Amino acid sequence: MKHHTIPRVIAKLAIPGIILFGLYVQFHGDYGPGGGFQAGVIIGAAMILYGLIFGLDALKSVAPQKIVTSLIALGFLLYAGVGIVTQLLGANFLEYGVLAHSPKEGQHIGIILVEIGVGITVAAVMIIIFYMFAGRKQ
Amino acid sequence: MSIEIYIDLILVIFLAITALAVIYVRNLFAVAMLSGIYSLLMASIFVVLDAVDVAFTEASVGAGISTVLMLGVLAITGNREKISYKSSLLPLLIVIGTGSLLVYGTWDLPMFGDPYAPVHMHVAPEYISNTYKHTGMPNIVTAVLASYRGYDTLGEVGVIFTAGVGVLLLLSRKKMNKHTNAKNKLEDKS
Repeated sequence: MKHHTIPRVIAKLAIPGIILFGLYVQFHGDYGPGGGFQAGVIIGAAMILYGLIFGLDALKSVAPQKIVTSLIALGFLLYAGVGIVTQLLGANFLEYGVLAHSPKEGQHIGIILVEIGVGITVAAVMIIIFYMFAGRKQ
Repeated sequence: MSIEIYIDLILVIFLAITALAVIYVRNLFAVAMLSGIYSLLMASIFVVLDAVDVAFTEASVGAGISTVLMLGVLAITGNREKISYKSSLLPLLIVIGTGSLLVYGTWDLPMFGDPYAPVHMHVAPEYISNTYKHTGMPNIVTAVLASYRGYDTLGEVGVIFTAGVGVLLLLSRKKMNKHTNAKNKLEDKS
């Protein structure tokens, strides 16, 4: 697709917007519809669009496969880690109330951290699946 | 009758047309796009049903990612469908049978939007009245997913994690080459 001007220009215009929207969905999930899962998929889609238009190698220089692979585990560990931290602070697994001075604030911090974990894992898995499929062409 | 019913009708008709087009069109590139459109229409229906979070997921996963992955696969496989000359009578019977069973199953469901349906009598009122008190979170869906049902969502992330690792193990070529190399070496030695 490297020689098609229209998809290239449109993708260049759209990708920053898509990523920004993904971040909005990620961090606005407490207030509006959305959350980590949707945000991860949106950001993953933006990266895959980049890979489709500019080639697999261009995407791999933006998101190296090794880093993306470890991000799969990192997101999951972040989620489980929040649970373990709450346990160390003396509450139940994933009982966010103890993360801050007031239970409500703790809930807020916990949910945001957990959603970030979900987002990281989902985005990384999407990109890895694309790598695996697209890499078989060569 | 409210305007909503017309919106529903139009969306369902479009949905049926798209589904039929998916069956009849032979160009797989067009089919991938059509299935994206199908998901987008489905997402619109979810919006009409006030399930915005579900609509969001459907739009991003169905219309977004899976269309893109489908296109990625088409780049490897080529984009014409092989014409099959097998009789499709048995699959048709199975589909009709399953469909009529499902329709039969809906007879036992409570009326759509019934506030006294069992599902609204259990924990839903508790969530609706207490979520803001407990978590300070205006979006109940997020609070239920991430806080009340935190375990389940952790399990879901585990499923996605496992899926990613599975795809990596199955399709990662480098590992396979190493494996075969090791095998060859062993064979050389013996």
